[in-house]
Amino acid sequence: MALLDITDLQLSMKSYEGETQILHGINLKIERGEIWGMVGETGSGKSLTGLSVSRLISTPPGRYLAGSIQFQGKDLLKTSDREMRALRGRHIGMIFQDPTTNLNPVFRIGTQLVDVALHAGRTDPSVLGLSAGASRRDFKAAARKTAIEALESVGIPDAASRIDDYPHQFSGGMRQRVLIAMAMIGKPDLLIADEPTTALDVSVQAQILRLIHELVAERNIGVLLITHNLGVVAQICSHVAVMYRGRILEAGPVLDVLKRPSHAYTQALLESVPTVHTRRGELRGLSGLSPEMFV
Amino acid sequence: MVSFILRRLLLMIATLIGLTLLLFVVARILPGDPVGLAAGPNATAATIAQLREQFGFDQPLPMQYWTYLTGLLQGDWGTSVFTRRPVFSDILAYLPATLELVFAALFLAIVIGIPLGLLTAVYRNGVLDYATRTLALGGIAMPRFFLGLLLQLAFAAWLGWLPLAGRFPFIEIPPETVTGFYTVDALIAGDMYAFRIAAAHLALPAIAMALSPLATIMRMMRASTIEILQQDYVMTERALGLSNRLILFKYVLKNAMTSTLTVIGLYVSWLLGGTVLVETVFDWPGLGLYATQAILTQDFMPVIGVTLVIAIIYLLTMLVVDVLYGVFNPKVRYA
Repeated sequence: MALLDITDLQLSMKSYEGETQILHGINLKIERGEIWGMVGETGSGKSLTGLSVSRLISTPPGRYLAGSIQFQGKDLLKTSDREMRALRGRHIGMIFQDPTTNLNPVFRIGTQLVDVALHAGRTDPSVLGLSAGASRRDFKAAARKTAIEALESVGIPDAASRIDDYPHQFSGGMRQRVLIAMAMIGKPDLLIADEPTTALDVSVQAQILRLIHELVAERNIGVLLITHNLGVVAQICSHVAVMYRGRILEAGPVLDVLKRPSHAYTQALLESVPTVHTRRGELRGLSGLSPEMFV
Repeated sequence: MVSFILRRLLLMIATLIGLTLLLFVVARILPGDPVGLAAGPNATAATIAQLREQFGFDQPLPMQYWTYLTGLLQGDWGTSVFTRRPVFSDILAYLPATLELVFAALFLAIVIGIPLGLLTAVYRNGVLDYATRTLALGGIAMPRFFLGLLLQLAFAAWLGWLPLAGRFPFIEIPPETVTGFYTVDALIAGDMYAFRIAAAHLALPAIAMALSPLATIMRMMRASTIEILQQDYVMTERALGLSNRLILFKYVLKNAMTSTLTVIGLYVSWLLGGTVLVETVFDWPGLGLYATQAILTQDFMPVIGVTLVIAIIYLLTMLVVDVLYGVFNPKVRYA
């Protein structure tokens, strides 16, 4: 049984201009230990696929026309809200693009980490190293301890005192580490990272990618890494899926796809990546417009 | 933060001295003769002259102001020509009734307005949203004294549930004074009978005063909540499994409070000023009623005194609001 098995996922969105199909039958299978890169242009449906796995798309305006998302054998599209919430944070972790806006600015990072830890702990006390009958106070103490450990595991120095700092007291890279710690605190089996390095500069980007790579090696989790940066894919992904207009055009082990792209779109995408030898004025673009949604 | 508060308090003194000057000059250049009014139509010229001297009205204006200002600092806020009592002790006697009314109204507005604002933001364009929006429009649009009259008509005259006016019936014994707020004092004394009487009298004027701030706080809260709900961190909090209730009443609430706090602060002075109207309608023995009487008899000193008290409360409220900004937003620095 695969960790995550998306079959024929079709999603449509309603707006004032009518209903439009966004995802046209996504098929994707992620096993533990795999890092799947998902690449594609803006508007190709990468993020909506990621959000669908966590069922974070409100319905309406969203509507699933067909397909299933099997997570550890359970169809997420048929799960109750209550069960879904229990999965979030505990079994499925998520990190998003911009670390400056994804932490609540008026709460200490510790408060946010502890709340997520408490949530995961209530779902499964073993996350906090407790048994089911532990007292409220034990839960609180264990959650704080787990939060400090989580910060240490993502390389925040002096975590025990920094846990009481506010988000604005951290740099962008450090905040993304905090967010990763928050996503990993419930010891999830699957991590969905939606453009986790896009807002960071290259050196910090490399650190964050290395961190994700280490977490995968250490905990044997599956990762869905959404990005439009092919360099990132080449660096850490084991597999890649190329999306275009709500479809996966090509998917497979990263070397196969990047070295021997079989689909014309993938070839064009790869050719438009600038290299150090690209001269001024030589930047290539993809011809044609990205999804003309409403016709 | 302590030095911030101290500096603000010092600045307050300067503001208040400026205010007394302004008030004093305006009050004195207005036409009218308080002494003549107070002495009555049958007073002789000699009596009036004697009274004039007694109240210091024969002195030149700058001298009068100086006497007033130095007296102010010694707790002598002048004497009311009409009641013949020191203004300061009059104010002390009337202030608790007004503050009780203002706090009750503010309490209602905050305790109902904030949760309603949060909920209407979540269930926007739902039944609750439309119902409260209609009420809010009415609440803001309707003048307080008119609303007061309507409430009296409905709940006192027709339904007979609540007393028409007044603060406490003369035939009953009010609770022992601790705070000066009858409801609170009754609770402290453990006298539930007195508490019911006090609360029943407080209810209608407090509601009449509360509706407008309630509506504004609710709409303000709704607007900022809608904005906060679209923030990235709310998505992160949902994505990591936190419950909607925790997200709304903890994480969103604190973010949405900052702008609402400003409105609440401004409403304190609005409510204090508004007591003039509502207290007259409900015959509530507070500063508003006192000030109205003083204005009608052209009695300067109480008018200046009441204005000064309202100004002091307003300035203190704004200081509290500024300090609270720091509580709700950790990025605020006191400088």
